Amino acid sequence: MKRTVVPLGPFHPLLEEAEFFKLYVEGETVVDIDMRIGYMHRGIEKLSTLKNWDQSTFVVERICGICSTSHPIAYVNAVEDLGQFTIPERAEYIRVIICELERIHSHLLWVGLAGHFIGYDTVFMWAWKYREPILDICEKLTGNRNHYAMMKPGGIRRDLNPDDFPWVHKEMDKIIKEMEMLVGAVLDDPVLHARTKGIGVLTPEDAKGYATVGPTVRASGIPDDIRVDDPYAAYDRLDWEVITWGSCDVFAKAAVRLLEIIESAKMIKQAMDDMPEGPIDACIKSVPAGEGIGHAEAPRGEVFHYVRGDGGNSPIRHKIRAPSYVNIPSFKATCVGHTISDVALITAAVDPCYCCTERMAVFERDSDEAIMSGKDLTERSRSVTRRLKEDYGAETPVEKMVAKLLKGQ
Amino acid sequence: MNEEKTLDTVKNKFGDTLLDIFERSANRVYVTVDKKDVPAVCWFMFRECGGRLCTASGIDTRSGIEILYHFMFVSEHQLITVKTKVAKPSPEIESIGTFLPAAIWIERELFDILGVTFTNHPDPRRLIMADDWPEGVYPFRRDFKGVD
Repeated sequence: MKRTVVPLGPFHPLLEEAEFFKLYVEGETVVDIDMRIGYMHRGIEKLSTLKNWDQSTFVVERICGICSTSHPIAYVNAVEDLGQFTIPERAEYIRVIICELERIHSHLLWVGLAGHFIGYDTVFMWAWKYREPILDICEKLTGNRNHYAMMKPGGIRRDLNPDDFPWVHKEMDKIIKEMEMLVGAVLDDPVLHARTKGIGVLTPEDAKGYATVGPTVRASGIPDDIRVDDPYAAYDRLDWEVITWGSCDVFAKAAVRLLEIIESAKMIKQAMDDMPEGPIDACIKSVPAGEGIGHAEAPRGEVFHYVRGDGGNSPIRHKIRAPSYVNIPSFKATCVGHTISDVALITAAVDPCYCCTERMAVFERDSDEAIMSGKDLTERSRSVTRRLKEDYGAETPVEKMVAKLLKGQ
Repeated sequence: MNEEKTLDTVKNKFGDTLLDIFERSANRVYVTVDKKDVPAVCWFMFRECGGRLCTASGIDTRSGIEILYHFMFVSEHQLITVKTKVAKPSPEIESIGTFLPAAIWIERELFDILGVTFTNHPDPRRLIMADDWPEGVYPFRRDFKGVD
């Protein structure tokens, strides 16, 4: 069969950043994929070596606009490893709170975009509605909705005000409840099962070979999580679970992310309760010569920072590896054999959501009489869902949870 | 799980091949090897010990270019870094991308920024530098002065 090349990118609507994918297709089937990066290269590693140890924290914060605290925490971990500094316990708990708030809003952003990409705009609006209070919390606690500038080698820059905690507790309870509803709705939707199950399967062997990280590897059933594997901040003192899902496909990646939001909210609640009083900064005076490695679990996976100092005021080498750097090459394993339409889904790791008609009614044009009320439409939607469920046999462990939630209403 | 720590397994297997072992802390170890032994050591760490290659770093020093391969061992909470040094002016080392796909990109990047040639690399192309970047100019070399 004739082989055709389909270029995707470097600028294309599914990805926020510029990347170039070259798809080699035979008919509709993708037989090979080639990737080209470097369109966003800003020379941050080099720039960091021109700043002092403290300023570099701000430079690395600008690597990513969404996970803006992951890079700083990996960097301060690296500097603290270099000098073997210990930081005050209160700072460790505050670091957990900031990191987990970020994970929640980042995952919700992704859920919303995923919904938007596959045409379920309801979920896009829903997820972003839930995301907004999280950003409000970030703003109240740190002064900014994003780019919090809270990390510094040796501790954190600003203390949290305990007067805000009751309100944050309330918001966390709310997000847990909302997420349980969203998880139920999304993971129970037969259309999404049909669209995402068995698509973009990353086998555990491939996941290991490509050294993938974060939800990408946990969706292949491997419980790799830096928060457990190499604990930093106060993660080793909190009670939480690493979420994994064994089906390795796009559906699994969505499930992992959604369930992680609930775990993060629980962690934030615990951290606020357990946080001790005390100083927030170890006041590091100088950084000795040597090398240090720090990593952190960003929403998308492990962020890796390596620094080397010569006893001077700035790092002489600062190596940064973001999670997508190892996750993107795995497309070579996940995309081949699928159709072009699926590749769009896999590359954006696109996902679930569900369509809702509950706030709409159909009226006869010339009269005010509703021929189908919101209730009728809801019933109609449910009957379609029931029929699809029978056709596709959607079975999920969350079904029970949904039933319970509906009963409670 | 295996009773023996990965570091001891590696020590027993390679013995004197490991030129230096520096245990910085309980979960950070640096192992120095000659560049000819890098593929064997990395193969052993990846295949036999189940290490995950986090990434590799390259640093230009006065005496040559240092390459560090960072392997994470999840169950032991330990990060073992394999260090080696390649001589300038034309640094060359055997690629580990042949058996470890995770290394393919980072080796291409190290070629881009430091000019290290990885022999037998499965895909020896540029990765991050632009297509019109001049040949033979490497921004992370000590003698880099910028381009016109």
